[in-house]
Amino acid sequence: MSDTLTIRDLHVAVDGKPILRGVNLTMQRGETHALMGPNGSGKSTLGLAISGHPKYEVTQGSIELNGDDVLAMSPDERARSGVFMAFQRPVAIPGVKMADFLRHATTNIRQPDRKEGEELIPMREFRKELKGKMQQLQMDVEFARRYVNDGFSGGEMKRAEILTLAMLQPKFAILDETDSGLDADAVRLAAESIAEIGRDKMGLLIITHHDKLLVHNPPDFTHVILGGRIVETGGAELAAELHSQGYERIRKAYPQDDAENQAMLETEEPQSIG
Amino acid sequence: MATATQLGFNQETFDAFVAARDEPVWLTEARRAAWEHFQNTDWPARNHEEWMRTDIRMFKLDRFSPPQPTDAKASSIKGGLLCPGVALAGHNRSLDSHSLDLTLHKNWSDKGVIFGSLDTMLAEHGDILRPHFQSAFDPTHDRFASLHAAFWTGGQVLYVPRGVVVDEPLHMLSSMTDGGTDLGHVLVVLEDGAEATLLCETSSPTETAGGFHCGAVELVLGAGAHLRFVNFQDWGHGVWHFAHQRALVHRDATLQWTVAALGSRLAKVNQRVSMVGEGANCQVNGVLFTEGKQHLSYDTLQHHEAANCRSDFLYKAALQDKSRTVWRGMIKVDPAAQKTDGYQRNDNLLLSGDARADSIPGLEIEADDVRCTHGSTSGRVDEELIFYAGCRGFTRKEAIQMIVTGFFQHVFDRITIENVRDALALAIARRVREYE
Ligand SMILES: Nc1ncnc2c1ncn2[C@@H]1O[C@H](COP(=O)(O)OP(=O)(O)OP(=O)(O)O)[C@@H](O)[C@H]1O
Ligand SMILES: [Mg+2]
Repeated sequence: MSDTLTIRDLHVAVDGKPILRGVNLTMQRGETHALMGPNGSGKSTLGLAISGHPKYEVTQGSIELNGDDVLAMSPDERARSGVFMAFQRPVAIPGVKMADFLRHATTNIRQPDRKEGEELIPMREFRKELKGKMQQLQMDVEFARRYVNDGFSGGEMKRAEILTLAMLQPKFAILDETDSGLDADAVRLAAESIAEIGRDKMGLLIITHHDKLLVHNPPDFTHVILGGRIVETGGAELAAELHSQGYERIRKAYPQDDAENQAMLETEEPQSIG
Repeated sequence: MATATQLGFNQETFDAFVAARDEPVWLTEARRAAWEHFQNTDWPARNHEEWMRTDIRMFKLDRFSPPQPTDAKASSIKGGLLCPGVALAGHNRSLDSHSLDLTLHKNWSDKGVIFGSLDTMLAEHGDILRPHFQSAFDPTHDRFASLHAAFWTGGQVLYVPRGVVVDEPLHMLSSMTDGGTDLGHVLVVLEDGAEATLLCETSSPTETAGGFHCGAVELVLGAGAHLRFVNFQDWGHGVWHFAHQRALVHRDATLQWTVAALGSRLAKVNQRVSMVGEGANCQVNGVLFTEGKQHLSYDTLQHHEAANCRSDFLYKAALQDKSRTVWRGMIKVDPAAQKTDGYQRNDNLLLSGDARADSIPGLEIEADDVRCTHGSTSGRVDEELIFYAGCRGFTRKEAIQMIVTGFFQHVFDRITIENVRDALALAIARRVREYE
């Protein structure tokens, strides 16, 4: 049986301020979806709400994974049931080495019933696997000894998120601008790696403002989000249109959502995560 | 125990204590002078700078008595966290200041190393030890120092002769019965060019056990000597801990001093390092973890008396529940101490809204060509980090444990003894609870 992630009529607020206003989205494992929309339209918010960020309050609607209520789960339970998000702006964890962090994460994800304090996967085995994945991503193995995201360049952070994706092998992965901050070669490498790691094996929700990721991972569906609502869904050709023409047509077709989007942007505050 | 609690610290018990000890006259005289001073001194005033953040009104000396001998077996006492599986040059375990077993590898005794209980060794090797005893300790500093100097019992000593390099660690474990008293005095002397690693640990029978520790540590490093000293305070959470600790670091000597404190109900520690010879070098690594209503107070002084010395103090504390830490740090540079390189830092991680960390760094500089820096930080655990780790499968508790370990990593990295590092990381991770 294929895995299904179902989002129905999702409303999300931050500090009482509504941001998502009724998002519907169904994904099957193996499908690739593109989520596109102008700045501040709610793309990251959707990912963070799916992941269970405590600040993002679901005021209405449901999220289900194979019929299980995702909203009732803590962030780690969601991760262990196979939901993953590569962050637009990952946070640094000083003093914690990438390798130790990933070993613990990988153990918990592969053994979802593991209790606190139980054995982690053997160091030797883990190191070997990690090294293999890092080589695949053309990452220096020294990288694993650095502290999680601490002092990483923008590009390094994104590559670390892809490495994490490769290790955790989720059922569904939300990739939030995993191509931003990468130079041209790195973007191509990221796009190819994601295709190799995730395409067909996972349900991918690719959030992007560029076309490189989508060239290597042509979307089965493209969703356009504006003012906190998915206003249009199409195929790969819709993504292509948005890349070449921008959001002009969409804004005109959905003036009310466009107004919502503008209103949200005007009250925008600096974010620490997303 | 019933008779013990009736004893207390008074003229009668002092006279009986001295009479029962077969000690050289000079030592008895020193005890009498200290007892005299104790009687003529008040407990520290609440508005005294050193004590205004540390409330000892609940401390009642008459609930405790001079350490009583015990027939317990060394194998029955808890502790030994620092050295599982480590080949030791020697070890000395004591209960309520009375030594239970002592070993020193023959290899080292043949080379003139002295290791064991301070009271017996002072009697046996007075010629060697007397010049150093109380050279780094002031019995008149305050009433606790006087009480200690009058009644100190048992104690531990390590003496390493000139040029001898002890390449295996030595271990001292001081344990206390529930409600008992430990008045241990640690004296470490490394003659010129000597080297040693000393692991010093305290323990109680349970995590909640009470008691009274009033102790002193003296470290004397001769020219070019190198000492790695680890001081792990792991008393039960009912223990009153008062300690005066001081090091004298002579020319070109190096001291690496790791202080880890997890235990006691209230701790008031005076730690001083005096760089008395040119080119002396001292690194202090402090690791504090507090919970419940624990109160740990550290007063540190890095005293630069000679030129071209380095001192580097880093204290990190993580606090949960309603616990509290006070850290006062002072770098004092004498006029003669040109080219001083002094550094002090205190970082605190608050795991709950009710915990509180006071940090009071200070500089007192009388030389003009020096580099001294200091800093301190205090902050809560960042919820965004907990969320990020949660998205990678960490439970909230696992995430906090990891963040706490990461917080201490910088100071752990400076501790060059792997077993000590691992033991501390484990002991701390075990104590971290879940917080909303
Ligand atoms: N933690 C937060 N605190 C306050 N406002 C927030 C927070 N998170 C999101 N918002 C607001 O919600 C709206 C949507 O933000 P979101 O980050 O989801 O946009 P986005 O589509 O990902 O934009 P971008 O393309 O710039 O990444 C914005 O107006 C933003 O300011
Ligand atoms: Mg975003």
